Parts: sequence; structure tokens; C-alpha cells
Amino acid sequence: MTAIEVRGLRKAYRGHEVVRGIDLEVARGEVFALLGPNGAGKTTTTEILEGHRRRDGGEVRVLGADPGTAGSEWRARIGIVLQDTDDAADLTVSEMVKHLAGFYPDPRPPAEVIDLVGLTPKGGSRIRTLSGGQRRRLDVALGIVGRPELLFLDEPTTGFDPQARRHFWDLIRALAAEGTTILLTTHYLEEAEALADRLAVLAAGEIVAVGTPAGLGGRASAGAKVSWRENGVLRTEQVADPTPLIRELVAADTDLSSLTVTRPTLEDTYLTLIGAHL
Amino acid sequence: MSTLALGVSRGHVELLQFARDRTAVVFTFAFPGMLLLLFGTIFQDSYDQPGVSASHVFSASMIAYGILTTAFVTMGAGLAMDREDGTLKRLHGTPIRATSYVLGKLFLVLVLSIAEAVVLIALGALVFGMSLPDASHWLTFAWMFLLSVIACSLLGMAVSAIVKHARTAGAILNVPVVALQFISGVFIYPVTQLPSWLISVASIFPVKWMAQGFRYVFLPDGMRVNEAAGQWELGRVALVLGAWCVIGLVLCLVTFRWTRPDR
Repeated sequence: MTAIEVRGLRKAYRGHEVVRGIDLEVARGEVFALLGPNGAGKTTTTEILEGHRRRDGGEVRVLGADPGTAGSEWRARIGIVLQDTDDAADLTVSEMVKHLAGFYPDPRPPAEVIDLVGLTPKGGSRIRTLSGGQRRRLDVALGIVGRPELLFLDEPTTGFDPQARRHFWDLIRALAAEGTTILLTTHYLEEAEALADRLAVLAAGEIVAVGTPAGLGGRASAGAKVSWRENGVLRTEQVADPTPLIRELVAADTDLSSLTVTRPTLEDTYLTLIGAHL
Repeated sequence: MSTLALGVSRGHVELLQFARDRTAVVFTFAFPGMLLLLFGTIFQDSYDQPGVSASHVFSASMIAYGILTTAFVTMGAGLAMDREDGTLKRLHGTPIRATSYVLGKLFLVLVLSIAEAVVLIALGALVFGMSLPDASHWLTFAWMFLLSVIACSLLGMAVSAIVKHARTAGAILNVPVVALQFISGVFIYPVTQLPSWLISVASIFPVKWMAQGFRYVFLPDGMRVNEAAGQWELGRVALVLGAWCVIGLVLCLVTFRWTRPDR
């Protein structure tokens, strides 16, 4: 079953095309990450899928409906975690979560959601008094209170400290384990690697690679770089499979105390992929 | 929940937020009352009618001003703010319908306008000794009040569509508010002092008819000679306000957007 199906999606702002023919498929229950530099079209694509923005061309199905025309019942099945909002500043955390919970047919209990994002001690505080990270966690609470089948997370951990980010990842994993489909956009490669089942790299409005974090851009078959010191001289060899080379080195009784075997990191792969499109 | 129940839920949080924003309470809500106290104290004109003073005229006319601030300005600036701070975007990502959102705003505006009218009438009666009318006049007051609030709210919503930044909303919305009060017999009374072409201009807009209607409710019948037509023209008041409700509704349906147009 597919949660998101996109064919040939196009969008231009004042004649400048920012999304240039994107194809995308996300299965139910999958955690899918969209990676890409600023201006690559991540947010525009996400907003079209959320129904916040019209598209200029292409086919889009989200939970079986066209987000451009889908109505209230469809919106009850999705959850959106917004970035850069400043609304409801004079309401308290629990007032706002309760208020939004009332919009949905089968919401999570507000107290439970507030606890899930770790805001229970702040439940009675005005939203304007929250720190940036707490505000983002409230956004997450508001995104999941309706028990969405599909959750959109647009750069959810921007501004989080490392501990808060780890905590947030656990929350996303718990939601995914319940079967929630998640579409995540992020700048952080380790975040995509930690959370995503599959990811796509977007550059200049086009998808340049799709795959699992381990296999993206031919990363799995990219081979390895083997380095060691021989008589004080650094030797490096790029090989498809490091095993025969290392066996050879051992047989030759080479000093391997400084041996390293490195495979391209997701970041290396990502930079190579977007580098070709900048 | 039904569209109506969600509208009430919206109205509840709208009221909470308004009441907690002291700037809004002082500068939007209390301002017409302060102005009435000033005008009523400064101007001491009396009229042919025994027992009627300028302060009574201001008390009645300023209800129109009160509705303009609570309905037109609160609605217009509130919508511009909701568009800017992400409220509309947030709601558009949930199952709530636009109708419920607008109902919530109307609920807020109605409560504020009633409170505003109570304050102004109480000031008129207690501070300036304006006498309160009989039941049939109150009935007239009720329909006039409702039509005024609805027309002004819808027009405020429509005007907010041309407001680009919430910061400037108050300034933009207050231009028609202040200008219309000068030419509609709220600040300058009787309106017959104005050049007739200016009276004709004022007669196109709802404020003149609102103020005239509220004067009918609270002033002795003999004061009708000071009106532009020398009559209270209640039928025309209903007609003009009703027409503006329709115009406002059409403009809202055409201009309402959940999100800002594309960059």
C-alpha cells in the first residue's frame, strides 16, 4: 500500500521552477526522509503534499486523495508539524493541545501527548514563555494529537540540543513502530540515517538519488579505502572488497597497527550527489 | 464535532487570547469609552430639545464607533495576525473548516461588541445622565446592532485580504474608521454642517446609518430634525446595513485564503 505517490510534480514561483518533475513513492508505515540543501525544493514539495500549496503540474496522491482538493475527512488522517510558527502565544500548552484534540474524531488524550513530548511540567504555562526547543516539541504534540496515519515533519529538530534530538528520535521511532507513516525533511544527515527506512536527495528541484541510508547513491558498492603505514610512509588503496588486500598484507607480515578501512559516509555520498547539481 | 461546535470552541480560545492580551484590551476595547468621556466632558452644546446635551448625542453615536473598533478593526487585524503568526496555516492542516474558524471570530466579535455597547451605554447613563429607552426602542436596537456587527466584521475580514503585514493592519484599518466618523455624524454633529456632497459620500457607507440608528434609539424623537433628511429613516438604515452585509459576505468568499499567496 502506498501512502504517498507523486508523478512528475512541478512548481514554479514567478516563472522560476523550484520543483522540476519529481517522482516519489512512500509506502505505508515507512519513514521516508527528504534531504537537500536550502532551496532544493524540500519545503515546497512537502507543502504541496500537505495541501498547503497548489502544484503547477503532475499527479499527487496522498492517502489515496489529491491534497489539492481533499477535504476535512482527509485532513483528520494526516498530521503536520509546522516550522516557524508563533501562534496561540497567549494560550497555555494544555489549552492548545486540548483545543486541537477536539477537531479530530479519535484523538490521543491531551495529557498523554503532552507527556510524550516531555512538556508535562509546562502544561500550565503560556506558550509565549516556552523556549525554542519546547515550542518545537509542542508543534510535534499538535501534529500527533489527532492520531495521524501520515505525519509530515519539516526540519523538526532545527535548534535542538543533542540530548533533545536523541529524545525526539526515540519519539519518532515509537510513532513509526505504531505504524505511522512519516515524511521527514532534514538538513541533518545523521538524523536521516538514524530514522529513515529510505531517503531521497533533492537538488535544484530534482531527485538525484533514492535509496536506503546504507545503499544511497551506490554507497553499498562504493568499495572501501584501505590505509596503512609501510616503513613510515602512508599507503592508501581504493578497492571494491578490502578482504584480499588485507589478507595479502598479513601474509607479507606488514605492520598493521595503523590500518584503517573506511567506507564513504552518508555525508560523503550526499555531498557528491548534490555537488554534481550545484 | 460539528461545524457549529468547533466554531464555539474557536470562539472560546479567541476570547481567552483577547482577554490575555492587555494591549488589545486597553487600546481596542477601552478606547471608545475614554473618547466618550473626553468628548462628553469637553462639548457642552445643548439643543432645542429639553434635557438633551451633547454628551447624550455622543453616547448614542459612539456605539457606532465601538462596533467599528470591536468588529471591523478586531476582525481585520486579527485575521491579518492569524495569517502571519501561523494560526491559519496550523488550522488548515487540521480537519476544521473555514466556516468554523470564521464563526469563532464572529463569536469573539459579538461578545466584544456587546460588552463595548454595555460600557458606552452605562457611561452615557451613569456619567452623563442619558435616559434609557423603552422596550420597542430596544428591539430596534437589537436588529440594528446585529446588522452593524455582521456588516463591520465581514468588511474587516475582506479588508484584511489587502493587508500585507500584521504590523500595519491597525494603521490601515483605522484610516476608514477615523475618516468615516468625521463625515458620518459621530464626531461632528449635526451632520448637516458638512457640505452636501460629503454627506452623500458618507451615505454610501454603513457608519452614518449606524450612528443615525443608535441616535434614534437613545435620543428623544424630536432630535430627528438634526439628521440629514430630518427623519430617522429606519427603513433605509436596515436596507443599507443589510446591503453591506451581503457585499461583505461576497467579498469574504472571494478573498478568503487560508495561506498567503505564492511567493
